[in-house]
Amino acid sequence: MSVEIKTNTAETLRHTYGNLQRRFGDKPASRYQEASYDIEATTNFHYRPLWDPQRQLNDPTRTAIRMADWHAVTDPRQYFYGAYVQSRARMQETAEHAYGFCEKRGLMNRLPEALQHKILRCLVPLRHAEMGANMNNSSIAGDCIAGTMTQLHIYQAMDRLGIGQYLSRIGLLLGEGGGAALDQAKAYWMDDPIWQGLRRYVEDSLVIKDWFELTLAQNLLLDGLTYPLMYQHLDRQLGEEGAGDLSMLTEFMRDLYAESTRWVDAMLKVVLAESDANRAQVQAWVDVWEPRAYEALLQLAEVATGRDALDEVRTALAARLHKLGLHSPGVAL
Amino acid sequence: MKQLAFIVFQDNDNARYLVDAITEDNPRAEVQYQPAMIRIQAEKRLEIRRETVEEKIGREWDVQEMLIDVISIGGNVTEDDDSFVLEWKN
Repeated sequence: MSVEIKTNTAETLRHTYGNLQRRFGDKPASRYQEASYDIEATTNFHYRPLWDPQRQLNDPTRTAIRMADWHAVTDPRQYFYGAYVQSRARMQETAEHAYGFCEKRGLMNRLPEALQHKILRCLVPLRHAEMGANMNNSSIAGDCIAGTMTQLHIYQAMDRLGIGQYLSRIGLLLGEGGGAALDQAKAYWMDDPIWQGLRRYVEDSLVIKDWFELTLAQNLLLDGLTYPLMYQHLDRQLGEEGAGDLSMLTEFMRDLYAESTRWVDAMLKVVLAESDANRAQVQAWVDVWEPRAYEALLQLAEVATGRDALDEVRTALAARLHKLGLHSPGVAL
Repeated sequence: MKQLAFIVFQDNDNARYLVDAITEDNPRAEVQYQPAMIRIQAEKRLEIRRETVEEKIGREWDVQEMLIDVISIGGNVTEDDDSFVLEWKN
């Protein structure tokens, strides 16, 4: 007797949801696509929001930038909630290990007094700027439309809250430990002349109404200068002065910055390619905020890293802007 | 006789990105969907490039990761950090 083995294929009738079929054709969609597209309501709003009665709830006119469809901006990292949380859990595990190690060995409070003081004065107060970045990105996530845009900004907001907390923990590891260091850092943020430029920038950014202007001022221009200045130049300098162990505690920030430049640049590329009007508007905002960001960090840089470092960072940002097809008002390339 | 370089993946979430990347890098490749597996074949040569896969998958990707989803291959393998090439050399 012979046995004939036959295979039968059951064809899938629909590969994905209707909204994704209409966008990408009938083929299997990625998890990112399923979790990000057409999530927000676009029609049939019954009531105008009390906090902005001139506009609808998810209104595209909360920014001067015009896009036919904001979903055109996507996350190159393809983060939706699951992927984002998994990736951050891995990063946090590494960071926790580093903090635990430093704490157990007393690596921070063994540093010379002067170095500890420099870290407390020049790095820890940055946690207040991170809180500002958290609020700014949350507010962008509230005002912008399209799930792909909202996701980018709310994850950025959460990341910044996390960085603020890590900076606080660096403060707690210094000196005697305890909250006194954080009170001291807050006093620097409020009264020390080296922080007042940045504090003004952060506080002014909190009341920017146009959310795309805000994402430029925060995620491109301010971060584009602050992160390389603090986590590369200051880090290198502190390392040379003998506080190389601090690098373990700020590695998380460097990793995150490398990630955030990817999506910020990808977002701008799409927005600038949409129309000349967008390009002109973005350039106009860059012209306003780039010099302000530079000035905001000037005094901090004088004390923390030297002014040359800030100028170097500014040139690097100008090169980044140039690559996007924008130009920096401060640096001629 | 035609000499086909081919690679066969399990039909799962990972494979989808790989197939996207491979068809982009090898425009002449033919994709066959079979029960629970996907076969990609091309005359003589088939190239899988890390850069393209990373762009599709949205994160850093190690060429060796692919092997978890591979069922079978045909062709001589040239592998380095940036690519995995299947080729029949005469």
